[in-house]
Order: sequence, then C-alpha cells, then structure tokens
Amino acid sequence: MAEKHKFLEVKGLTMDFGGLRAVDSVSLEVCEGEIAALIGPNGAGKTTFFNCVTGIYTPTQGEILLHPKELPTRRLNGLKPNKVTEMGLARTFQNIRLFSDMTVLENVMIGRHCRTHSGIFRSILRGKGVREEEQQIVETSYQLLEKVGLADFATEFSKNLPYGAQRRLEIARAMATEPFLLLLDEPAAGMNPQETAELDQLICKISAEDRIAILLIEHDMKLVMNISNHIYVMEYGKKIAEGSPQQIKDNPKVIEAYLGEETDA
Amino acid sequence: MDYFIELFLGGLTRGSIYALIALGYTMVYGIIQLINFAHGEIYMIGAFVALIVAGVCTIYGFTGVSVLIIAAVAAVIYASAYGYTLEKIAYRPLRGAPRLSPLISAIGMSIFLQNYVLLAQTPDFLPFPSLIPDFEFMEPVAHIIGSPELVILITTFVTMILLTLLIKKTKVGKAMRATQQDMNMARLVGVNVDRVISLTFVIGSALAAIGGVLVASYIGQVNFYIGFLAGVKAFTAAVLGGIGSIPGAVLGGLVLGWTESFAAGYISSDYEDVFAFGLLVLILILRPAGLLGKSRKQKV
Repeated sequence: MAEKHKFLEVKGLTMDFGGLRAVDSVSLEVCEGEIAALIGPNGAGKTTFFNCVTGIYTPTQGEILLHPKELPTRRLNGLKPNKVTEMGLARTFQNIRLFSDMTVLENVMIGRHCRTHSGIFRSILRGKGVREEEQQIVETSYQLLEKVGLADFATEFSKNLPYGAQRRLEIARAMATEPFLLLLDEPAAGMNPQETAELDQLICKISAEDRIAILLIEHDMKLVMNISNHIYVMEYGKKIAEGSPQQIKDNPKVIEAYLGEETDA
Repeated sequence: MDYFIELFLGGLTRGSIYALIALGYTMVYGIIQLINFAHGEIYMIGAFVALIVAGVCTIYGFTGVSVLIIAAVAAVIYASAYGYTLEKIAYRPLRGAPRLSPLISAIGMSIFLQNYVLLAQTPDFLPFPSLIPDFEFMEPVAHIIGSPELVILITTFVTMILLTLLIKKTKVGKAMRATQQDMNMARLVGVNVDRVISLTFVIGSALAAIGGVLVASYIGQVNFYIGFLAGVKAFTAAVLGGIGSIPGAVLGGLVLGWTESFAAGYISSDYEDVFAFGLLVLILILRPAGLLGKSRKQKV
C-alpha cells in the first residue's frame, strides 16, 4: 500500500463535546482508487468523524490533511464546509438532505456551481459566456443523472422521488462538485436488498470509472464486505481495528464490539 | 363604478409598495429566520439619499424623469451598501447565537439608524420634490389614476418580475433557494452561504430603497421616522402572505393595500389601520402560517 497516493490522511483526530469525547484520537487514511469503510456500533462517533472532516465541526485535536494530486497538501482543520468542498471533498448524509423544493436537475446543478466562476453580477446580466457555462452545467448534470439512473426524472421535484432514488440523487449531487474523495454516510440505510445491490454497483462504478476514492459509513455488512478494500472499526470514539475485510471478520475485538451491541438490543 | 376603480387602483398602488418592502423582510426571514426590524430604516435612508441627490441634480440643471432615475439609482446603491454593512456588523457575528439575539440586534440597529438620521439630518419633515411628472397621455383618466400611481405600478411590477427571474433562473437564485431550504447542506455542495446572505440583504435593501423613493416622491415629504410605519405595514404584509414566501409577500401587500383603500373609501379613513390589522388577526387565526406560508417543520 505504501506506494499508493494517499488522498486523505487523518492523524489523531479528537472531538470533545463538553466533557464527552465523541472521537478519541482516530487516525485513518484513504488512498487513491480505494473504497474504505468506517464501521462500528451506533454512537461510536462515525458521523462525528465525518462532520469533523467536512468542516461542520472544528476538531479539538488532530490533523486532517488532504493531499490532492499535483497540488500542495491542505490542512482542513477549521475550514468552512464550502471551502472543504472546493478542495475536492464531497459527502452525503445519513438522513436524506436534498433540496426538496427544487427539481432533480437543479439539485445536481447547484453542486456544479462551486466549479464555475461567473460572479454575481455577470450571472444576473447573463452575458454570452454565462449562458454557455449554464448550458454546460445542464449537460454535465444530465450526464451525472444518467449515471445514477435518474435522467428521466430531471424535472420532478426531488421530494417526489422514491426513497432509493433520493439516495442516488444525493450521490449525484455530491459528484457534481467534482470531488476526488467522496464520503458516504450510510448510503444503504433503509434500502431494500435490491436497492442495496444497485447501490453496490453504483459505488463500484464511481470508484472505477471516475477514479474517485470513497470512504463510507455503513451498517450493511454485506455491502461493506463486498465492496471495500480497507475497513476501519470504531467503538466508543476509538478506533479498535483496521484491515482488509477478511482481517476484520476474524478480529476478536470487532466480533466482541458487535456481539455486545446485539445483547443490548 | 369609477369610484370603485379608483379605490381599486389606489389600493393596488399602495399594496405594491407594501409588497416591495415586504419582499425584503420575507427574503431575509426565509434564509436566516430573522425579522430584520431595521429594514424600514433602510427604506427611509433610501428616501433621504434620493432627496439629497435630487437636490444636487436640480442645482446642476437636470430636470424631469432624469432626476428621478439618477436619484433612484443613487438611493439603491447607497441603501444596498447600508444593508450589506448592517448584515456584516449586526447579524453576522451573531450567526449561530440563539434566535433572540439577532432580533434584539435588529431592533437596536433600527433605533440607531433612526437617531443617526435624526442627528445627521433634521427632526423635521422635509419637503420631497415630486419627481414623477404628470404625463399628458394620462390626462383622460387622471380622475381615476394619476401619473405617479402609474409609475409606481410599472416600477414595482417590473422589479418583481426581475426578482422572480433572478431567483428562478440564475445561479445565485438557485444558491439562495438552496440556502433557504438547508443552509448546512448548501455549504456542503460548495455554496458560499455568507455571500448568499449578504446578497439577500443587498437585494432586499435595493427593493426597499426603490419603495422609499417612489413613496417619498408620491407623498411629498420625508423625515427620520417614516421607516417605522412603512416597516410595520410591510412586515404585516409579509406575515399576512406567509413570511418566508416571496409570492406570499406580494399577495399580502396587495391584500393589505386593498383592505386599507376600500376601508378608507367606503367607511372612514380614520379606520383604515383598524381594518388592516383586524384582517391580519383574522387571517392569522384561520391560517396561522399566512396565506401562502408553509408551516415549517423544525429541523433537528
């Protein structure tokens, strides 16, 4: 693995909320072309970890470093979410957060806007350049919708889409910001087995075709074991294990963490 | 019948001005859930700037509509700058604070701006030149609708269409709608939310300034306090239509204008405010979210 290019490098990330340590010095790496997974029982701090990386929270301690190719390393600590997105990192949420009163197409287009450069006044005046740019945005947005299989629904309001489609739209919107690293927070939550299988394919396709590295949080172990190259396990804010799917399956600590959860339930 | 039409058009004129100012309230509320109490003062400042610029223009020999246009443009630019600054110094530092804090800050800014104009200008009413000329072609219908009303109607109508196009069609409009629906998510798809909020204030202030110039020119006088009543009325219009909703602000403004106009015309002008606010109470009992408002679910 050493010769692979690391996109994301998190060192000793700690996040305190008052007296509660939600994430306790977690280190993690995501390399080029990799699908990494972050798993762990509910409340382990996975989403908090994502929130730190994407700039929603400023971590108490630790380093979040982004190593884009051909660009200098950037430290993400404390950057605003829109800056993080500009750096090339996009995410989706555990609970769907689409712009529900916008059309499917508009939802994707808004993601493109951070990659375009016409300012406020030019976009109001709508010069020729702006209109061409807008046309391009529409075209690329359609391509993304096709990729996730939603091109036929482009003019629907996103709130009218079925659940699985909304999830795919979230992925398309995140992709529209041209990330090189995509963070997916429980993309398969609430999906039926068939939808999960489609999602499985979609994630692999994004990873393979678009060369986007992926870090996902997921509870669906079948999905995780199927698609990820590298798995990190968290419990009570700490990283308790990492390794290949096979190593994780055989790790006694992981089994204990998960069985412990089952007896609770 | 002529009387009815006159009242109808009078109400329409009045209502469209309310709508113009109400848009500023509703846009800001829609995005950051803040009642910008200083919005009325922006309107007042717009009127004052127009008065000063119109005076200077007249000295330099401009006449007629050109004065109106120069004064209006100056008022819009000046008021927008005020709106931008207002947001930057009074509201942005309180982003993330409990909702009451920016509200208090807004009331503070309102009082500050009133007193600033009181000290910097004058406590007296100042005569405002009627910048809108009487058009000859309007003479046959002058007993029903005058030139100023016509200019007000056309200006507000065009402004609202431009605003709608801006919000529906442009990139910044899309960013505004996204910010309104989910601010954090908008950030995560790369929208510079702070800039969108600034822009909202700038647009709202520009609309208020246009309203200020038109009304001051129509009524013929300004003082530091006119922003208060205009602000209360426009706020009423925004609530009536459903605060946060842009078509709601327009509808609320028109309904309010007509109510006042008909109440004043058929009953007594002493009671126009009673009817206006009585209507507000009635609508809020029947439809608490306003005419076109959506009852917002609290996001967790």
